[in-house]
Amino acid sequence: MAVTSTYRRAGPVQRFWGVIKDICSRPSGAIGLALVFAHIALALIGPFIVPYEYTAMNAAQMLSQPSAAHWLGTDHLGRDTLTRTLLGGREAILVTGIATPLAVLWGGLVGVFFGLVGGRVDDVLMRIVDAFLSLPWILKMLVLIVTFGTGIEVLIPTLAFFYGIPVIRIARAATHDVVARDFVQAARARGHGRFTIIWQELLPNVRDALLVEGAMRWSWMLLAFSSLSFLGFGVSPPTPDWGLMIADARGFMSFSPWGVIAPMIGLSSLIIGINLSADALAKALGIDRAQKAPV
Amino acid sequence: MLSMLMRRSALGLITVWLVSIIIFIGVEILPGDACTAFLEREAQGLLLENCRRDLGLDRPAWMRYGEWAANALSGNLGVSPDGQRQISELVGYRLRNTLLLASGAILCGIPLALFLGIVAALWRDRPFDIIVSTTAIAAMTIPEFVSATLLILIFSVWLGWVPGIVLTSSNAPLAEFFPEVLLPIAVLTLVMTAHILRTVRSSVIETLASDYAQMALLKGVPYWQMVFRHVLPNALLPTINVVALTIAWLLGGVVVIETVFNYPGLGRMMIDSISDRDLPVTQAIALIIASVYVGVNLLADLLTMVANPRLRTAHLRGK
Repeated sequence: MAVTSTYRRAGPVQRFWGVIKDICSRPSGAIGLALVFAHIALALIGPFIVPYEYTAMNAAQMLSQPSAAHWLGTDHLGRDTLTRTLLGGREAILVTGIATPLAVLWGGLVGVFFGLVGGRVDDVLMRIVDAFLSLPWILKMLVLIVTFGTGIEVLIPTLAFFYGIPVIRIARAATHDVVARDFVQAARARGHGRFTIIWQELLPNVRDALLVEGAMRWSWMLLAFSSLSFLGFGVSPPTPDWGLMIADARGFMSFSPWGVIAPMIGLSSLIIGINLSADALAKALGIDRAQKAPV
Repeated sequence: MLSMLMRRSALGLITVWLVSIIIFIGVEILPGDACTAFLEREAQGLLLENCRRDLGLDRPAWMRYGEWAANALSGNLGVSPDGQRQISELVGYRLRNTLLLASGAILCGIPLALFLGIVAALWRDRPFDIIVSTTAIAAMTIPEFVSATLLILIFSVWLGWVPGIVLTSSNAPLAEFFPEVLLPIAVLTLVMTAHILRTVRSSVIETLASDYAQMALLKGVPYWQMVFRHVLPNALLPTINVVALTIAWLLGGVVVIETVFNYPGLGRMMIDSISDRDLPVTQAIALIIASVYVGVNLLADLLTMVANPRLRTAHLRGK
């Protein structure tokens, strides 16, 4: 907590660098952040450094072993596995990178608002949130995806909507911790409106909790996105995507294991990177997230 | 105590009721209905109208919801439009198969998680703890389909110990699922153990550092007696809830794992039914899974209350 309070007194820019420094001072945080940045950089420059077109098929070389021409071999259509693995995270990072902030934003605002208002409306909302959380994520997502199609214009709002619901809970709980404090009472006594109180008093105090929650949501969203791709409800071929690549290459695993191993390494390293960063961020901001539901 | 129990149960029932409404609305917004799915290309004109009238789809949504909910309460989940078979019969076998998977994972996972978590906490920061904790984080964060594919690659393709895919039909006797079911159970156990052991470990570490544990040690209670009498009973209480959440997750998480292994369970049936627009089946499965989720969480709350005198008597102390 002592660490947190020194950040609080500093300006926003200083505070940002302070948090980054704190994350990097832990070995797991440094590794995590490095993995995340490496993946983002790869997503940006990937198209310029890959050795082949991701759609380039070579009928003479299907399911070939690693060689000088194809470092990780080729898939069942003779496409270069290395190229497709290097590009396989772009769609996932794009979709989850937009959907995560949206989810935290809407879930956070709704949670803070109802945390402040409280009472009967709040009780009803919480029951609805509970009801949504008791349905398996895949069912909720699939209903919308089957209805509206599988493009990213459907996936982004779908992910943002469903992953915002658990954020409501976190934001509400964080607001309850703050709402009874003196400075909120003081703001009420001064006659400030609800939205001024939310903006000036509550949001700055729940921001850290929401940041950590957002980092965790990002990794879960990525997991959901790649699972959907794997099941055939996410990215459509021929776009390279790790989940889809694993699903395609699974049948040929016995003679060309690189086809599944390469995308597995890509996906796992990004997800582990996000998780390590999120954990380090939680510690740097002094947020306790010992009790986390696997929802 | 009793009023608390009633309150929790009532809240659980309200949640299930809301879930049934959400499911019904969700399925309503799916394009097409049972008739367009069943008739496929011939779904037009008189044929479609007749079919809709036969199945009662021409009535308003709230009437159909009432009928569906009333039937579901009495255990009648409706009739599948294609085969004219009882859904409860179709779903029954799948539910049994998924329960086989889940109970296998629970029976292996919970003892394993308790053991590994406690040992890792007692040997904090030693090599054993570091290995266990790192493996747990990896197992928790990596998507299930990746760990499942990895295990198939290692144990089925390379080592050839167990089959990597399930070929048994859904209504075969349970004994025929061996040894095919072992690998799916292993994947579920892995993920489940990772979640539970993390909580067990941090809870035991926290309790070891508590005043009363230190006090016991200082007044000369032997170390192991301190661990078993003072630390574990207190440390394991919070894990009840995590176990419940993990079991609830299990029922949703099996969807992906069942698809990877081609396992004829409830999860794969759900995916198939959504893709095929088999709406009554989708509704039935969603309702079953949500009820189990609510039920398991309720049970965990009650168990925690029974086991923890402070919660049991909370109302006496005016809280």
